[in-house]
Amino acid sequence: MRNENQQMEGHDEKKPDYVKVVNSNQFKKLMHNKKKFIVPLTVFFMIFYFLLPILTSYTTFLNKPAFGDISWVWLFAFAQFIMTWVLCTIYVKKAATFDKQADQIIEDQLKKGGTTK
Amino acid sequence: MNVTVVVLFLAIVLLTLVITYFAAKRTQTTGDFYTAGGELTGWQNGIAIAGDYLSAASFLGIAGSIALFGFDGFFYSIGFLIAYLVVLFLVAEPLRNLGKYTLADMINSRFDAKKVRGAAALSTITIVTFYMIAQLVGAGALIQLLFGIDYWIAVLIVGVMMTVYVLFGGMIATSWVQITKAILLMAGMVIISFLVLLKFNFNLSTMFTEVKTVTSHGADYLKPGLQYTQPLGTISLMLALVLGTSGLPHILMRFFTVNNAKTARSSVITATWTIGIFYVLTLFLGFGAAAFVGDEKILAANPGGNMAAPLLAQALGGDILFAFISAVAFATILAVVAGLVLSGASAFAHDLYGQIIKKGKASDKQQMLAARYASLAVSVFAILLALFAQSLNVAFLVSLAFCIAASANLPVILYTVYWKRFNTAGAVTAMLTGLFSALILVSLSPSVFSPIEGAALFVGDPIFPLDNPALISVPLGFLGGYIGTKFSKEADMERYAEVKVRANTGYSE
Repeated sequence: MRNENQQMEGHDEKKPDYVKVVNSNQFKKLMHNKKKFIVPLTVFFMIFYFLLPILTSYTTFLNKPAFGDISWVWLFAFAQFIMTWVLCTIYVKKAATFDKQADQIIEDQLKKGGTTK
Repeated sequence: MNVTVVVLFLAIVLLTLVITYFAAKRTQTTGDFYTAGGELTGWQNGIAIAGDYLSAASFLGIAGSIALFGFDGFFYSIGFLIAYLVVLFLVAEPLRNLGKYTLADMINSRFDAKKVRGAAALSTITIVTFYMIAQLVGAGALIQLLFGIDYWIAVLIVGVMMTVYVLFGGMIATSWVQITKAILLMAGMVIISFLVLLKFNFNLSTMFTEVKTVTSHGADYLKPGLQYTQPLGTISLMLALVLGTSGLPHILMRFFTVNNAKTARSSVITATWTIGIFYVLTLFLGFGAAAFVGDEKILAANPGGNMAAPLLAQALGGDILFAFISAVAFATILAVVAGLVLSGASAFAHDLYGQIIKKGKASDKQQMLAARYASLAVSVFAILLALFAQSLNVAFLVSLAFCIAASANLPVILYTVYWKRFNTAGAVTAMLTGLFSALILVSLSPSVFSPIEGAALFVGDPIFPLDNPALISVPLGFLGGYIGTKFSKEADMERYAEVKVRANTGYSE
């Protein structure tokens, strides 16, 4: 299945050796960090989101009042907005560290080390 | 039709034409035409995304739904917003790093196969068609209501305007029309919300207590379940909303107007804040309309509740605010349809003509000409469809577009970036299974078949029980991609290595 390098070198001489980059520790670390951040948070927000229609469809306990005439279902709905903005902010902060790692990979490998001539 | 309405209406037409004039002078290359040369800043693109996304269905439809059905109307607001987390976490950056003008470009960064590009163009065109008919039919009905002119004239006015923006000003004009519209729309929302809150002395608790007593639903108004009584139906709709956005061609196309993934990210952030604030405010509009206009009057003006926001504006701020909100609604429609024409045209001119027929060898001049012809053709086609589709239900068409986007496009986008083994056969089967399962299930659904005459397109018992089939069609799209991939031996690990590196670092040669 793997044709190794013949195919790649065939069409573009300046093409970096992407397989080498993918297998480098530097790149693996970036992927590991990204996965560790993105997967749990994505699972979290999807569950948090679907809990709302699931709970409103199959239960009624969210209809209990929380503050005056504002019931828990409204608070849960507002919490969805808060969650979105909070996750956005966290993402931006975290992504800045990924940017640094990515720039480093471009500097270290793609521009020189990983290049096959 | 009062004088203020006409003046503001003409002011918007004039302003957008001025924008188009300047944009036309700057539109020199195909890159300018499709992606504004990739030169928009993060906040500009973010506001433009909001302008592209917040359609009249959001503005008038959700305000009306909340006014009439309380909590259930708010479901749409939540789904449409959380969708941006999916865009931000999984789609925006790899898409920007891999694509050039269209979704098909991004997928083809991995495959270089005509059939993949063809399938992607087909799903883009299908989604754009449904979305466009929805917008134009909605626009026609709305302008008819607001200005008292005939439906066909209303459709023609919107149709001609969108054609002019795209044909002459391409993405630059479209973007700035969207930015202008987003600012006007947000201003309108804030003004009305402020006036509503003023009436309640800025006390949210008072507002909830008040709306609990004023509507015909009584205390049930504040509880979920007035509009959506089918549990699986609600969950299916929510699934289409949250995943659909990441597959909408006109939204995806916006990410190519910035020059790197970092800017794409900051545009999603700006868009998410803007859109989030917008959807919080829909609550004040809905509640305000329920309290100060009343459901009887809202239903009398339009059975779908679409007039709730303009009527509220009239009740709170008189004819001037009514005129302003009507003009904003008009601008909203124009901005959204322009974005749709452009993404439809890109599928025809760039994917089908430029890449498949001309094999990517067309000169820039030829591509530009093709893009303009395609824009014109897409516009004319959409106007003609809209003239015959007056009786179709707009909300249903929009949710169908979201469902196809979630079922046909999203699985392929995710597999392309994240699944090593994914291949050409998988890409084609994912797209086609997602697309056709959504279309077939919808055509068997209660939206198309109803035992009550006049309630749907045909009289009869629906074979499939859910209005929105996302709950079935999205998993089918993913499954189709999985099976298609496994049945084909093809696997190009070098190519995937390249895609993975480029998607994650933004490197390009």
